[in-house]
Amino acid sequence: MQLFTGLSLGMLYVLLALGLSIIFGLLTVVNFAHGAMYMWGAFAGVATVAITGNFWLALFISPLVIGGYGLLVERTLIRPLYGRDINYPLLLTFGLQFIMIEIIRIFWGTSDHPFSAPASLSMPVEILGIFYFPSYRLFVIGITLMICIVLWIFLEKTNLGLVIRAGTRDPLMVRALGIDMRRIWWLVFGIGSALAGIAGILAAPIRSVFPEMGIAMLVECFVVVVVGGMGSLKGAILSGIIMGEAISVTTLFYPQMADIVIFLVMAVVLLIRPSGLFGKAGLLE
Amino acid sequence: MMGRLTIKETKVEETVVIGNREIRVEKPGGWQRLVEVVSRNPLVFIFIFFIIFPFIVPYKALATQIIIWGLFALGYNVCLGYTGMLSFGHAAYFGIGAYTAGIVLIRLWQNIWFGLICGLLMGAVTAFILGYLCIKRRGIYFAMLTLAFAQLLYFIGFQWVDLTGGDNGLRNIPVVPLSIFGLSIDIYSPLRFYFFVLLFVVLSLLAINLILQSPFGHVLQAVRENDQRAKSCGYETSNVRWLAFVISGAISGLAGGLYALNLNFVGIESLYWTTSGQVVMMTLLGGMGSFIGPFIGAGVFLYLEDVLSAITPNWMIFLGTVFVLCVLFFPAGIWGTIIDLTARRKR
Repeated sequence: MQLFTGLSLGMLYVLLALGLSIIFGLLTVVNFAHGAMYMWGAFAGVATVAITGNFWLALFISPLVIGGYGLLVERTLIRPLYGRDINYPLLLTFGLQFIMIEIIRIFWGTSDHPFSAPASLSMPVEILGIFYFPSYRLFVIGITLMICIVLWIFLEKTNLGLVIRAGTRDPLMVRALGIDMRRIWWLVFGIGSALAGIAGILAAPIRSVFPEMGIAMLVECFVVVVVGGMGSLKGAILSGIIMGEAISVTTLFYPQMADIVIFLVMAVVLLIRPSGLFGKAGLLE
Repeated sequence: MMGRLTIKETKVEETVVIGNREIRVEKPGGWQRLVEVVSRNPLVFIFIFFIIFPFIVPYKALATQIIIWGLFALGYNVCLGYTGMLSFGHAAYFGIGAYTAGIVLIRLWQNIWFGLICGLLMGAVTAFILGYLCIKRRGIYFAMLTLAFAQLLYFIGFQWVDLTGGDNGLRNIPVVPLSIFGLSIDIYSPLRFYFFVLLFVVLSLLAINLILQSPFGHVLQAVRENDQRAKSCGYETSNVRWLAFVISGAISGLAGGLYALNLNFVGIESLYWTTSGQVVMMTLLGGMGSFIGPFIGAGVFLYLEDVLSAITPNWMIFLGTVFVLCVLFFPAGIWGTIIDLTARRKR
């Protein structure tokens, strides 16, 4: 039972870490505003449900809005910083997240926003005849797996995916072949942001929705990405699941440690494998 | 040295080329010379300025706050500005310093000197341990790791209620008089406390200056500019960075101790990532890699906070915007931009 809860939490980490990881892998930008985008995803869901009352529509609109916002951010704020020190985009998105949090505070205040799963997903399901499990969490697991598969097909089987993978290896060479890398970067930043948006709306019924919800999540995702290995999608998925499980198992046995356990896992992994589970040593240092 | 401070009323004429038009600009030489003198002798300038500083800000507690945060930013700057390591976890050393000073004063020995020294040492020790784990990785990994470990300490501080008071913070830090050679002096008037803090700021500035002027200081900057090259010159660069990190942690711990004394209280937010973020913003706003920059940054940040928070609870939106614009257009910060401008004029 707890393993399944951990899996659904892990799936949120996977979605966010994938977004961080593909942006990082291609653009070498650490998006500090990723947590704020996740939070915006949840609030976009709150707004859509408040207007239309339809969760499915919200699930569709959130990633679109946040993805579009990501495109805008890349175009206006991050693009001028290419070619400068690698720390500047990081600092910029860091400042941006404060602005994003305050905007939400102005419109929604600082309190929690209740957000419930759609009625069709609120019944518990019996699994293997052993225990009951909230069907919404199953839905989260399912949809994340679906997104992972779609993303995998996109990256491995399409021409655009091929260009993206080539761009991760050697952007200069890709540019020499006559492909405008800047448009690829732009697109990938949008995809990464959209993933944060989906994670936000999926998380809304499970975790509470408030302006600072992205901050703790961002730090946890950094841990996930560091443990998985920067820029490695496989690593992001595996370590996202590991961290989700670690948290929910500790919550069961020793709740005081739940916030701390992932950092301990990280410290151990770093001591044994400094570049993370699937990381390449010396990448972008 | 002082002779140079007299500003002559010379006019400097120069031509500035904008597009394909030439514009003749007349500038008094005074400002430029002042900036030059200040940037050459930052310590002298800082000392003189800080003596009059509490009399020109709206209220004295703000001045104290500014120099405490300025000291923190100065310690942070050893890491970012002089060694080129972008840490997002300096709240850890600041917060640990604050809690250590507070806990020592409450439980062990009611002696301010002892409390502050313990704060400084604990800041250094924490930086030593976490540095060991973080220093192996550079660049963005370093930023993410330092942030993650600082959050770890935050959660520990939050859970360990017996020691830290958890969410309520550490209360009732005793107000004890300062003892020097058997004399006990009450330092708890705003102005006296300001000068007490200033004493530590001056000592830290002198110490950092000494370190940066030393051969080790030059190695630090070599590591920042070109790690590979410094390595091939025979320096163990990761140890150099580690030591710089510890020095930075020690100064941050001292600033934390002063912070605890100033408020007679330590809130859990001193360990929170916002504290780390604040010091990053101050250092960048002011301009990294100088003595004056961090203090300007702290001053601008806290002054704006003071003014804006009276107008709107969402003051962070303005500071965030200022910060984003600063990263986009003035990456050298306020002080760095002033220096750039004067240098360009001189040419």
